[in-house]
Amino acid sequence: MGGHLNVNHLLFLGHGALWTIGLSLIALIGGGIVGFVIALARISPLRSVRLLSAAYVQLVQGTPLLVILFLGYFGLAAIGLKMSPLAAASASLTLYVAAYLGEIWRGSIQSVPKPQWEAAEGLALSRTQRMMKVILPQAIRIATPPTVGFMVQIVKNTSLASVVGFVELMRSGQIVNNSLFEPFIVYAIIAAVYFAMCYPLSLFSQKLERRMGRGSANFSLA
Amino acid sequence: MNIELDFPAVLERWPNFLGGTILTLELAFLATVSGALLGTLAAVGRGAHSRLIARICKIYVEAIRNTPLLVQIFLVYFGLASIGLKLSAFTVAVVALTINVGAYTAEIMRAGFEAIPRGQIEAAEGLALTRFQIYWHIILLPAVEKVYPALTSQFVLLMLASSVCSQISAEELTAVANYVQSDTYRAFETYIIVAVLYILLSLVMRAGFWGLGLVLFPRRRRLGTAL
Repeated sequence: MGGHLNVNHLLFLGHGALWTIGLSLIALIGGGIVGFVIALARISPLRSVRLLSAAYVQLVQGTPLLVILFLGYFGLAAIGLKMSPLAAASASLTLYVAAYLGEIWRGSIQSVPKPQWEAAEGLALSRTQRMMKVILPQAIRIATPPTVGFMVQIVKNTSLASVVGFVELMRSGQIVNNSLFEPFIVYAIIAAVYFAMCYPLSLFSQKLERRMGRGSANFSLA
Repeated sequence: MNIELDFPAVLERWPNFLGGTILTLELAFLATVSGALLGTLAAVGRGAHSRLIARICKIYVEAIRNTPLLVQIFLVYFGLASIGLKLSAFTVAVVALTINVGAYTAEIMRAGFEAIPRGQIEAAEGLALTRFQIYWHIILLPAVEKVYPALTSQFVLLMLASSVCSQISAEELTAVANYVQSDTYRAFETYIIVAVLYILLSLVMRAGFWGLGLVLFPRRRRLGTAL
């Protein structure tokens, strides 16, 4: 029973924290790639593509990440598709992040002033050229502050991967707590580490927003 | 690979799912109402003349917004227990969600307050309205009207986030799902059904807030501004 918090515990937590960062990066990159496709699909000239991508966004945004995780880990295993906790967490987070980033980026693309589209069309640029050379470079500037802000949500949401047994920061905290029985101290430390990761991102996002001189996009998920 | 799906076997447990859905709604409702109050107070507090109050409110908002809900729930759960308060998991869940959504509400409300033109307040002062009247009619109500869409989507997100409360075994929809799937061994079907229920719940909530908006802000309806 019990014991005191020692260097080994802290090292273990540090290891968990590294996995939190790793999982966040996986979710950001995976979700970014899929999200980019979603953003383009949402403004596609093809009606069926627009509808499909809109349905995807609605479905994912109407479901808790926890349920998506359970579905990916326990649900798929029950019908014979067994995934490791890392694979299940990465896949679920990717699908989840893609829906939100897709919407943020669609908004950014659409908020590029209309005359820019018309001018590009007037210069006889093809749709791809218009996107790549005119619209996206401007959309990226608009999208940066809310995307950085959303990265805070990604880092926080990786904590849910603990429920499928993936040892990131939260899970390593639970394991340490199981040997120490000091929940309040352990979880306070965990909270502080998450804060240390997220707060700089929040500040950076706010700074970018002020520099852009635009209203803040409040994307937030507890 | 041979996949056999048996939804009827899981749908047989509909009383469980119905109970869970009602509990999730109840949890979301209680946390929304108390969180909206707490958040509004915190937003007012951030603009307080007293440096100390403003600072405390800022720390509260930033601390909550930059840590995961799961950690907050555990901290509230064990924190309340360590000071000798033995509460049910459901009560702990309401408290934790209130604290959580309060911080997000505070941030949204602050944006609403900042959007009130200074001249409006000066005009109200010129008309000799009391401090309370100014706060209520000139600042609070128009601010809520402005940020109503952001507020309501935050509350829908809160309902979805309440699924995390299953981790302290508070009774709600996700906890029910965990129970049903361990009982029927049909995890896939169970979580699909629960996902559909959450999607329905969020649609119902959005429709409800939209309707509430029509009643609360008739001016908006006349102007045809989006709710």
